[in-house]
Amino acid sequence: MDTKEFLKLLSNGSSVSGHESRLNDEIISTFKTYADNIWIDKLGNIIILKRGTNDQSNFKIMVAAHMDEIGLMVKYIEDNGFLRFTNIGGIDPRTILGQEVIVHGNKDLFGVIGSKPPHLQEPSEINKAIKIEDMIIDIGYPKKEVEKHVSIGDPITIKRNFTSLQGNKVMGKSLDDKAGIAAMYECIKELSKINHEADIYFVSTVQEEVGMRGAFTSTYKINPDIGIAIDVGFGSTPELPKGDTIDMGKGPGITIGGNIHPGLRGKIVAVAKDYNIPFQFEVTPGPTGTDGRAMQITREGIPTLCLSIPLRYMHTSVEVIDMMDLKNTAKLLAFFMASISSENLEGLLCY
Amino acid sequence: MLLKRLTEASGVSGNEKEVRDIIIDEIRDHVDDVKVDRLGNVIAFKKGKNNHKKLMVTAHMDEVGLMVTDIDNMGLLKFTTVGGIDKRILVSKQVLVGKNKIFGVIGAKPIHLQKREEWQKALNIDQLYIDIGVNTKEEAEKLVSIGDYVLFHGQYIEFGENLVKAKALDNRVGCSLLVELLKEIEDTSFYGVFTVMEEIGLVGAGPAAYSVDPDISIILEGTLCYDIPKLDKHLIPTYLNMGPAISLVDRTTLYNMDFRNKIVKIARKNNLPYQYRKTSMGGNDSGKILTTKEGSITATLSVPCRNIHSPTSVMSKNDYNNTYKLLKAILTEYKKGEL
Amino acid sequence: MKFNSQLLDELVSLYGPSGNEKNIREYIKNEIKDHVDEISIDDLGNLIARKKGNGKKIMIAAHMDQIGLMVTDIDDKGFLRFTNIGGISPFITLSQQVIFGNGTMGVVSSEPIDDISKLKLSNMFIDIGANNKEEAEKLVNIGDICVYRSEYGENDNVVFTRCLDDRVGCFVAIEALRRVDNPINDLYFVFTVQEEVGLRGAKTSAYKIGPDIGIAVDVTGSGDTPKAKTFAVGLNKGTAIKVKDNSILTHPKLRQIMIDIAKENNIPYQLEVLEYGGTDSGVIHLTKEGVPSGVISIPTRYVHSTIEMASKNDIMNSIKLLIKLLEQDIKL
Repeated sequence: MDTKEFLKLLSNGSSVSGHESRLNDEIISTFKTYADNIWIDKLGNIIILKRGTNDQSNFKIMVAAHMDEIGLMVKYIEDNGFLRFTNIGGIDPRTILGQEVIVHGNKDLFGVIGSKPPHLQEPSEINKAIKIEDMIIDIGYPKKEVEKHVSIGDPITIKRNFTSLQGNKVMGKSLDDKAGIAAMYECIKELSKINHEADIYFVSTVQEEVGMRGAFTSTYKINPDIGIAIDVGFGSTPELPKGDTIDMGKGPGITIGGNIHPGLRGKIVAVAKDYNIPFQFEVTPGPTGTDGRAMQITREGIPTLCLSIPLRYMHTSVEVIDMMDLKNTAKLLAFFMASISSENLEGLLCY
Repeated sequence: MLLKRLTEASGVSGNEKEVRDIIIDEIRDHVDDVKVDRLGNVIAFKKGKNNHKKLMVTAHMDEVGLMVTDIDNMGLLKFTTVGGIDKRILVSKQVLVGKNKIFGVIGAKPIHLQKREEWQKALNIDQLYIDIGVNTKEEAEKLVSIGDYVLFHGQYIEFGENLVKAKALDNRVGCSLLVELLKEIEDTSFYGVFTVMEEIGLVGAGPAAYSVDPDISIILEGTLCYDIPKLDKHLIPTYLNMGPAISLVDRTTLYNMDFRNKIVKIARKNNLPYQYRKTSMGGNDSGKILTTKEGSITATLSVPCRNIHSPTSVMSKNDYNNTYKLLKAILTEYKKGEL
Repeated sequence: MKFNSQLLDELVSLYGPSGNEKNIREYIKNEIKDHVDEISIDDLGNLIARKKGNGKKIMIAAHMDQIGLMVTDIDDKGFLRFTNIGGISPFITLSQQVIFGNGTMGVVSSEPIDDISKLKLSNMFIDIGANNKEEAEKLVNIGDICVYRSEYGENDNVVFTRCLDDRVGCFVAIEALRRVDNPINDLYFVFTVQEEVGLRGAKTSAYKIGPDIGIAVDVTGSGDTPKAKTFAVGLNKGTAIKVKDNSILTHPKLRQIMIDIAKENNIPYQLEVLEYGGTDSGVIHLTKEGVPSGVISIPTRYVHSTIEMASKNDIMNSIKLLIKLLEQDIKL
């Protein structure tokens, strides 16, 4: 499948943290062509194994991108059928006002997020952000009918259609981190054309947005020699300090900081230069907020890398990425993994 | 002198190599095994009389510091903090940037050009930059890269009555104690572990504890000391010169009462001064060690340090020596199987 | 099955702040030892009781510890200063009676304060009625922990008492444990330590046991008091099956099985979407390669105060749901 088509499928699909299994079929059927084995673990992570060439001393590389997305959840049903809701993952309440939503009950239901009309607001209110607890979702049915289809705890997503912008840029919801899943797909395609010694475990992790939960347990099980997280980074816009962002269209961000193994970082930079793949540095001195953090501190410690696809307007429903960045991330990842052999591994990991 | 070398070494969290190398060099000939794990922790083992409980003594190697995030057109460096630093201490300090320790200063707007109300406000990190003396971005890029670690420039100075001023006393003081212990103690089995990246979220300790799997752990620290007059006594976390601080509770650990009481007893038996750490703020590697695998009993012993996390930390050599004596006395009891 | 008031009264009356669970642990051990196949206490102090079966390994966790106040300083006049162990509100603590492990009683008061909204624990103290430091030190040491003191009460509908959090969970687990016969699952009832300070006992005991499924039994809040924040859980509306809190999104299939069991057996239940807090399942489900986990919650008003309140019906329904769940061959 074309990677952009796959990304569209993922972005338009629904996979709020804890309820990711709706995407299982799409992901498994798409990766199947290139994988040696695929299975789902106890918490719902999808593990896609591509075996390496060296049968004797196979070492393991785990690549993680999270399949869950931020979203909303029904917490209360009002007497007139309005839904009260809470957020799952970090959401700026200002970005969801007036949105169209889909409530994933026993069937998908269309709804809108409403609030008090401006005419009725005090002048002092107008400059204040509206809190989530003061918003409602209207799905247009009376309570009796609502209760037939909706339960407390049902997930809700913003209704959004993945769309191409000018040039190579695309827009959609939850490109964080479905762009990462798509990059893994692009990478496994690349790998099918080149030799690699390592057994590579591509993991679509669950529950990253609520605390990297899937990455902890899947890393424990796989116990890789190297862990690589593919996530998104803050794409630069005028209001953001330059040091906190990476630029759109200039290739993957390679994270620098305590979360990253210095030897592996040196190697991936060298690979990028060798193959003329554009890249930039992303500085995060402490733990990254990605699956890479979970990987690093699992068991006796896993040497870890993090790659970031630049993305604008993170955690809104209009996230923007450049498809070239996604492809370059995949390419860099593939060439890097192919460059690791049982001979150079120990030297790279040594302090 | 070991503590001088350790405090003057560079070891901002995630970049502990210099400190690690000094430590390995010091202990190599005195331990039965020493290895560096995948995260950079140093795990040393001292083989002696067998004891049914596995003891691990730890100290973190890293210190707080800064990291370069961007280089502007004038060749000035923008930066972010690594670990918990009070932004107000940064201005007008000397720093060393990157592997080659390029000297730089963190400047400030002259007071003459400031409005009255500006004085009242703390300077934000984004108002500060490091000046290494170059004129252009190109010149700077030859010397410095984005992602370079920046450390405070601070010499080890002895002053006053038995006091020491240095940077990174938190926690080179713990490293120094542990190195001395590994060198001196004979025929007692225990692990000495020097961890990485404590200051950015207790990163190294969990994996190290996973690998060692101890029953009992002692965490050595430099801890906060704020013993100024007129402050209510119960709000003073520790005093200088009143001996090692024994932790009661912090954000990461509720210290085991039986083990804590045993340590107090050992201190009394040996006529050593001790005090309790009277704040529940902060936390340390104990939090991770306590809950790794099936768990470990933990205690934290600290040398009180004034102005912690600043380039001008201050400790008392008396406290250092008494902490070491207490530590040794604990090891003696451990050897007898009485912990 | 009758509501065992005596058992609950005794459970809530025993001293057991985080890190000091010895008394409560001994009591529970005594209550259950004749009903289990194996019983042990681990290094952190968790009580682990096994009821053998051939099926799935299920860990049932209820925490023994309660919140408290730890003494950090004793002044010359014998007044005690303290810090919190677990979630302690200064406003709830003011003017309360407290009791230490050795029976020493005290009352909590504060320095004079003009604006009560600025009340902080660091401005408060415990008065144990000692005349000076020396007298105080005979009764209390720095590092000792005291807990709220209050009387157990009940009527036909509810119980009111301190530390329903989580002695009522222990109560539900004990009552279920006594009633599950010839379990098809391999049951590990764990009475955990140090939940209130960060789910610490559950983490290490889950690692040791390595269960296939985890179930925590704990209290949750309620949204049915005047002008309470919107929360679809109330008293006397059934046992609560947790969907989420800040520590876990419960396993969807396990949750559905719990709902189905409740429906089949006419056990009233409510679904719980809690916007704060966490419980032992939060760490159990992240153990090793992952443990599908759920939570049975007992709706409780005034959690972490000196008098918490829960419905007897809800408690009984929680016991029923737990028994039926443990007796089922769970297929995820």
